[in-house]
Parts: sequence; structure tokens; C-alpha cells
Amino acid sequence: MDSSDAGPLLSLKNVSKRFGPVQALTDVNLDIPRAQVTALIGDNGAGKSTLIKTIAGLWAPDEGEILWDGKPRHLHGPRDAEDLGIKTIYQDLALCDNLDIVQNMFLGHEPLRRGTLDEATMEIAARNTLKELSVVTVKSVRQPVASLSGGQRQSVAVAKALISQAQLVIMDEPTAALGVAQTRMVLDLIKALAGRGVAVIVISHNLNDVFEVADRIACLYLGRLVVSAPASEFNRQSAVEYMTTGTAGQAVASA
Amino acid sequence: MATPQAPAPSDESSQSTLSDEELVTAAPEVLATSLREYLHAWAQKIRNGESGALPVIVGLILIIIFFRIERRVFLSDTNIVNILTGSTIYVMLGAAEIFILLLSEIDLSIGFGAGVGGLVIAELIASPVNLPWWLGIIGGMAVMAVFGALQGSLVSRLNLPSFVVTLGGQLALQGLLLVIANLDPTAVGGVIQIDPGSPIYKLVNGTMSPGLSWAMVIAAVALFGIASLVKNRARTARGLTAPPLGVTLISIAIAAIGGILLVVTANANTPSGIPWVFPFVVLVLVFYTWLLGRTRIGRYIYAVGANPEAARRAGINVRWIVTFAFIMSSVTACLAGVVYESNQGSMSIDINGGQLVLFAVATAVIGGTSLFGGRGRMFNALLGGIVISVVVNGLAVMGVGAAAQDIATAVVLLAAVTLDSLVRRRAAAH
Repeated sequence: MDSSDAGPLLSLKNVSKRFGPVQALTDVNLDIPRAQVTALIGDNGAGKSTLIKTIAGLWAPDEGEILWDGKPRHLHGPRDAEDLGIKTIYQDLALCDNLDIVQNMFLGHEPLRRGTLDEATMEIAARNTLKELSVVTVKSVRQPVASLSGGQRQSVAVAKALISQAQLVIMDEPTAALGVAQTRMVLDLIKALAGRGVAVIVISHNLNDVFEVADRIACLYLGRLVVSAPASEFNRQSAVEYMTTGTAGQAVASA
Repeated sequence: MATPQAPAPSDESSQSTLSDEELVTAAPEVLATSLREYLHAWAQKIRNGESGALPVIVGLILIIIFFRIERRVFLSDTNIVNILTGSTIYVMLGAAEIFILLLSEIDLSIGFGAGVGGLVIAELIASPVNLPWWLGIIGGMAVMAVFGALQGSLVSRLNLPSFVVTLGGQLALQGLLLVIANLDPTAVGGVIQIDPGSPIYKLVNGTMSPGLSWAMVIAAVALFGIASLVKNRARTARGLTAPPLGVTLISIAIAAIGGILLVVTANANTPSGIPWVFPFVVLVLVFYTWLLGRTRIGRYIYAVGANPEAARRAGINVRWIVTFAFIMSSVTACLAGVVYESNQGSMSIDINGGQLVLFAVATAVIGGTSLFGGRGRMFNALLGGIVISVVVNGLAVMGVGAAAQDIATAVVLLAAVTLDSLVRRRAAAH
């Protein structure tokens, strides 16, 4: 599909969210394009989690609207967001250690054949999906997830989203607690995901990772979106300034 | 994190980063393609502490040798059949408990569940109701299904601890047992007889003819063999890995040898032939294995047991899964009640439900079901039930008193739980 003239996959228009006296999000306008990685950065308490949970349908915004494919949508729960094709991968990955890779990838969506689980179809699809994501270190898709490394577990979580026809994948700190090689693997995975036409939102504290994978960077500061622009318009210094002060003084970024 | 530039901690990967070599040792058998690699992988697994049923089998053999040295009669044909027949009640109760242990919950009510289920059946098939035996069993199962649904709903909807709910359930069932017995004026002393002509009586006390015993075992082994081979061929045809032929043939051979030994022993016994309860229990276990392994609901039981939050996010109705498991547990307890009353020739309000439930937990755990949820198979109950039965029978043959029997069973249970805990710790250390 040609994503350039199709408009953004997801648009937030003037979204605000309050929790009692706390104004968590104020007037956020953000476009998430297809087939690109958008990094969401910001200091602690900037509203990153509130924003992704709003997109994931955990709660409705107090003001503003969410456009999916140009059409306004009301998300009444995570299920609504999932039905649209929005999958959120939280840090805990939500995998069952006792089940193998195939079983985890299809959990809740198992294909049936004559009333029983169609293991062969699942196994082939799981293998192909991992191959598409260029995950080569997993030796067998019948390994229990408990025996996988952190990066491999992340791959399974991403493949799980892909197999359920996700169009937007939100990843919360996907490289936290990973070693160097594992981080490399996950970053490649994120690129592969965007390469497949999927829109990706990545929350990360690690600017190395952000500059490595992001096509666009959006920065939140005290609940406001202070900048959203192509990653090429940022440098490390301006990114840090946006996060810590909400502006970039003698900044390079235009936006 | 204090500063936005701080890199993500890279050394907190204690449980999550494994090298490729470690990965191979963590799950060697799924990577093996030849018989030799399989045996190698198996040996490696044992070295890693994932020995599966092996320590239990070794322990069982040692216990059998001990009893055989103490009393020659222990390994007579009659006593072997006695041990196996005696194990069936533990196997059924163990199977009931496995449904619940897989969820990392516990059901303390199943001992008296067997009592109430069995008593309802006994009342339904005796005068004045005089229902046919199969309707009686359906009636008992229906009553227990309602009870299981009630317990399951309390656990899953009100989030009450299953320990407390089923402890209450145990007391309630004990009371219900007395209520039902008091309703029936023919139940003298709270005992109601099972008609010796009834198929329920014959389940444990009746045997197949020696010829039928052979035919059934041969058919079962052949069915098992054909099913394994067909499944492997179907997988290979779709480009998937299947266990090498040698491994499949060895497992078929083991099944055949076990079957032959069983028939020879049972046919040498008087009355000769395999008791009907054996195929009954095996069929129940096969059905439950299919349910847990080949259906969505079975898979979701494992998922909920390991990570309820992940199951919920995958769109699984966790409450229904928990309720379903409690229904299955109670219904299976009712089937255990059938085995119990068949064995006794009667159902009595004196059924020791408190002890039976402890044997049920022991059966499941000795067989390899984890108390911590998500790990275990239905056929585990067979191994566990035989271990319990060997201990109970052996001590009885030696003429040891009831007190010593209880203590010995406690030791076996603690040993099994310790093993479970050690395996878990070792697996977590990987």
C-alpha cells in the first residue's frame, strides 16, 4: 500500500486527560504514520504512559478525539483497540512461561480443525512469522518460552502481535533490562516490523536506541506534546533539552 | 529514572539472557532429530535437574524391592492386581486435583465430593428410586457439577482463596452426606449397599475374560502405535519435525511390554482377567489428556495457571476457565466415588474424605504436577496413584498399624513436594 498519500494511521486531536486534580495530558495533537517508527520520549511523569494507555483503549480521553484511518473512534476498552489492530506490548510481555513459542503466539486465537487445536497450521505460521522478522536465533518454535533469552521473548511478543494482524504496535521500553546483543536484536525487530508496513510507537529512555530506530520523535513534557518531527531534525542535545525543559533553546529542530 | 540520558540497565538480565549453548541445554529434546540425539538430550536434561518422572520411578522400584524383601507375598499375582485396583481411587482423585493444581489453586473438597457423588448414585440406583445405573451416575455427576460450579464461582468471581472455599466445601459436603443418608430409612448406620448385580459393583469386582483381556490390551497398544505413527507422518508431510522412528518404536515397545505383563499377571490371578476398572480409568485419563492437550479450554487452563494476567490480555475468559476446572474436579471426584463404592460394595457416611483428599494431592504431586500451577499431565496421576497404593498396600501387608501408615504416607508426600520445589528452583535458576 502507498502510505504517503493515505494519511496517518492514527491521529490524536486535542486530547486531554485528567486524573482528579492532576492534568496528565493537555491538548495533545499527534499523528502516527504507517510503516514508520515513532519514538515517544519524555522524562518520568511527562505523560508517556497515559498517552499510550489512551491509545490502547484503557481509558477514554476527557477531551479531544482519536482518529483511526481518518475516522473518529471511541475506544471503550482494550478490546476495542485490539479489534482495530492496535497491540500493546508491555514490559512484562504477557507470555506464559510454561507454554512453547507457538502456543504463546496463538494464545486466545488458536485456529481449530475439526474442533481441536490445529497445531501444524499454528507451527508453520509461527515459524514463518519469526522468519519474516529475521529472528534466526530461535532453534525450535516448540521450545518453552521459559528457555528463551530476553530478546527472544521480545521477539515472540512482537510475532504474537504480527500474527494477530496488528497495524499499530506500541512497545513500552522494549530494551530495558536487555544486554547489548539482545538490544541489537530487538532494535532489528522493530525495524523489521515497520518494514512490514506496521506503524510502531516505541517508548524509550535510551536515546541511543531512539536514534537508532526512530523515523520520527515525539516528546512529551509535563503532559504537553512539545515537539513531533522526523528524527533527522533532532540531535542528542536537542532531544535532551526537549525532555528536560520542554523547549530547545538554540535548537536545531524546526517542527 | 533520574536523567533521561541514563542508559537502560544492561546487567539486570539475570533470568533473561542465555547464550545459544545454554538454550540448547534448556530444551534439548525439541532439537534432537535422531534416536542417538534423543538419548543424548535426555541424559542432558537429567543432568540439568529436569529429570521428570525418573526419580519417582527409581523411588518406586526401591520401595517395591523393600516390601518384596520384607514379605514375599507382596509381589504375588493377586497382590499386584490388588495394588493396581487399590490405586484406581487415588488415580481418579489425583486426576480431579490436577485440574485445580494446574491453575495453582487447590481443591480440598474432592474427598467428600467422592462421598456425596457416590452416595447420590447409590441412592438413585437403589430402591425406591431404582434408576438404571447409568442414569444414576449422570445424576451424581450433575449434582457434583453444580457443587463444582458454585465453588469455582466463589473462587473466580469473588476472588476468594480456593483453600478457604474448598475447606468450607469439604465441611458442607460432609454435612450433606449425613443429610442424604438420614433421608433414606434403608441406609442402616449410614451404609447403603450396592447391588452385586449392578455394573457399578462389577466395575472393580468384575473382570474381563482372559481372552478379552488380551484382545483389549493388543487393541490399545495397536491404537496407540498407529496414532503415534500417523501423527508423525502427518507432521513430516507438512515439513514439521517429528520424533525419529526409533523413539516412537521404543515407546510403543514399552507400552506393549507393560500391557503383556499386565495381562499375564491379571490372567494368573483368581478371578482371572483384567478388572473392568482398569480400562475405565485409562479411558478417563485419555479423555482428559485430549481435553487438556488438544482443545482451547485445556490450553487456557495451562495459560491461566502460569500467568493469569497474560491469559486475560489474550482475551481468555479467566473466570470461566477457573469455574470449568472446578466443575471438572468435582465431576471427576464423583467418578472416584463410583470407583470407591464399587470397591467397597457399598457407600458409607464413614468415608474418610479428609485422608482421601490428601492422597489426591500426593498422587498429583508425586506424579509430577506442580503445586505452583501450569505444569503437569493427566497421566501423572497414574504413576502417583500407583506409588501411593504401593505404600499403603505394602504397609498393610507388613501388618503395620494405621498410625504408621499415615506417617509413612506423609513422608512420601513431603518427599514429592520437596522434589517439586527443588525442580522449580533449579528451573528458575536457568
